Amino acid sequence: MPQDALAADPRYGRTAPRRGLTLSWRDPTMRSIVWQIVIIGLVGFAVWWLVANTMRNLEVRKIATGFGFLSREAGLPIGESMIPYSPADTYARALLVGVLNTLRVSLIGIVLATVLGTLIGIARLSHNWLLARLAGIYVELLRDLPLLLQLLFWYALMQGLPGPRQALNPFGSVFLSNRGIKFPWLVWEEAHTAALLALAAGIAGTVLLARRFTARQMATGQRPRLWPWGLALMVGLPAAVWAAMGAPFTIDAPELRGFNFRGGGTITPEFAALLLGLVLYTAAFIAEIVRAGILAVHTGQWEAAGALGLSRGEQLRLIILPQALRVIIPPMTSQYLNITKNSSLAVAIGYQDIVSIANTTLNQTGQAIEGIAIIMAVYLTISLSISVFMNWYNARIALKER
Amino acid sequence: MTPPPAHTTTAEAIAAADDRVRRPPAMSVGPVGWLRANLFSSWLNTAVTLVLAYLVVSWTLGLISWGVINAIWEVPGSGAQVDTSACRAARGEGACWALIGEKYRFILFGLYPFEEQWRPALVVAIFVALYVVSAMRRFWNRWLGLIWLVALAAIGVLMWGGVFGLRFVEQERWGGLPITLILSTFGIAFAFPLSILVALGRRQTSMPAVRALCVVYIELIRGVPLISLLFMASVMFPLFLPEGMNIDKLLRAQVAIILFAAAYLAEVVRGGLQALPKGQYEAADALGLSYWQKTGFIVLPQALRMVIPPLVNTFIGMFKDTSLVLIIGIFDLLNTAKTSIIEPAWQGFGVEAYLFVAAIYFVFCFAMSKYSQDLESEFNRHRRR
Repeated sequence: MPQDALAADPRYGRTAPRRGLTLSWRDPTMRSIVWQIVIIGLVGFAVWWLVANTMRNLEVRKIATGFGFLSREAGLPIGESMIPYSPADTYARALLVGVLNTLRVSLIGIVLATVLGTLIGIARLSHNWLLARLAGIYVELLRDLPLLLQLLFWYALMQGLPGPRQALNPFGSVFLSNRGIKFPWLVWEEAHTAALLALAAGIAGTVLLARRFTARQMATGQRPRLWPWGLALMVGLPAAVWAAMGAPFTIDAPELRGFNFRGGGTITPEFAALLLGLVLYTAAFIAEIVRAGILAVHTGQWEAAGALGLSRGEQLRLIILPQALRVIIPPMTSQYLNITKNSSLAVAIGYQDIVSIANTTLNQTGQAIEGIAIIMAVYLTISLSISVFMNWYNARIALKER
Repeated sequence: MTPPPAHTTTAEAIAAADDRVRRPPAMSVGPVGWLRANLFSSWLNTAVTLVLAYLVVSWTLGLISWGVINAIWEVPGSGAQVDTSACRAARGEGACWALIGEKYRFILFGLYPFEEQWRPALVVAIFVALYVVSAMRRFWNRWLGLIWLVALAAIGVLMWGGVFGLRFVEQERWGGLPITLILSTFGIAFAFPLSILVALGRRQTSMPAVRALCVVYIELIRGVPLISLLFMASVMFPLFLPEGMNIDKLLRAQVAIILFAAAYLAEVVRGGLQALPKGQYEAADALGLSYWQKTGFIVLPQALRMVIPPLVNTFIGMFKDTSLVLIIGIFDLLNTAKTSIIEPAWQGFGVEAYLFVAAIYFVFCFAMSKYSQDLESEFNRHRRR
């Protein structure tokens, strides 16, 4: 048997001779162990020195340690909050309000910046010269100015709006003043919540149906029409639920009473300036990512799609974008992380996000270390969650190679 | 051999003559053809062009009337007795450039003694010269390091003074553009070497402890916003030091910026290290080079060259991010602009002040961005060949 012969050959399967660890500087393993001990030792010593100093300083200055302050009464007023909050609540609740405010502006910002950035990125590649040029100017201008400067600019612009009595009234009962944007809003009732739930169910049902139809198309070549089902599920179902529960519909329009508006929905100037700044700034970066992604798709793909008789919109939607997405997703992830981290600039214009509230907390309690630890923990958690989600999505759309 | 039929020749002759005489239709070449191809190729395109053209024209006219025609360029009085009623009257219709005329020295140089402000102005000029020299490939040799050392020393002497008959100016009075340039330039100068070490450390397979340390450093810093590091530098850092030892706030912010930038630069450098073909490492090993010889002579020169465009982009980001020191109360360019409108007389003219500093930031960032694009295309041309 050849295998036996091979095994019998002493040259076969021989590995490099294993030498034991020698106590010599010439031994690379030894060297790396010594280096590691030295470096870890230095870092460890630095950390110990800092911690020891801090402990001594805290003792001398009689600063309390630990997170006991979280359950104390905060006494700090918060302008806008998604959950019921009053200054009599605890620091823990105030910080929770801050986290929710950060999440709110980041999530809305991510969605809007993605939409705007994709549109601008596609516009930059448009055959229309004027459109492409304008998109290019937008990107160059917005990318090269500090975000903080843009935020302060938008905030200054918002504050420069007239007071509520001379509020601008672009259309309907939407009012723009230095107190923010006021707009008519539905008086929320249970029927609306139920209708929203029905809408969510309808979207899920439509997605499932679309999948089944695609499967049938794969099997038989015939694709049943989806839109009547989609319409029924996503419009008919919520409408039916809403009507069944009495069809409540009251609009609460803002009205000028005295020196300010009453009623209606409000977007505060701080939130509006922050969201506007974040979205416009990040959209410029996303536009470049989308453009690079589309350019990375081979020209032959456009030509092949054209040869199949697809319109330019269909070419983009069905052939180019799905392939471009693979190039786009990784840098897009870091832009989403940037929006979240950049939302911390809110502290400069007075939107009360987690940084702003933690900053006030640490000023009131004097517990700087805990305050900053909270800020860092919150951002690390959010960053990691976004990374994990985007990595999962990236793996899902990655090219399935055989 | 029979001659070809006469009529064919005639037809060909006519066609040939036609081709010589006929020009392409005027509608498809020249300016008209260009317009048709690029602006009016379809109904949709025409509509888009018309709407955009209307918007561009109306906005440009609005901007000109706000910024030039109706703008207020001067107001009577100065200092505390300034009378800004003309600006207030024109509010909304015209810009108040008088603010810039009155405050530009403060915005550019902060509270630096007025009669000594030629010194920060000279510092700005040195910085710009330093950037231009560093951008020219002719100077990419060992002299560049020396030029940087001399320039940074000259900047220190000019800002502080106290020698050569220059008046001493304490750091609290520095402000404006020099602060922005100092924070970003020193930030890059120190963060870059640190980032190379960290990037090399992250690729050390034989030293797991060092590698773990570098990974933790990079991921931790990249996971939190710069603001939290600046807060750390301003409120937490004094607690770290033994009593009596105190480090100036500007320096603390500078350290935070260096640590922050190094983590981002390290990831860019790592990209270059990974893109280098494995053969280069193996060839260096085969030559019997030591680790530092291999790194210094073979790996880094090639790896860094590959990542110059993203490095410049990170530098641009850093330059913009120095504006965040405003939040911890350091008077950089943005903060002086914000402070210049704090007096009651000038309150509400933030848009003008911010546009002024925006122009300065834009000049610096746009120059860097164009430079990086040119470099990138140059490198790509080399690769295509």
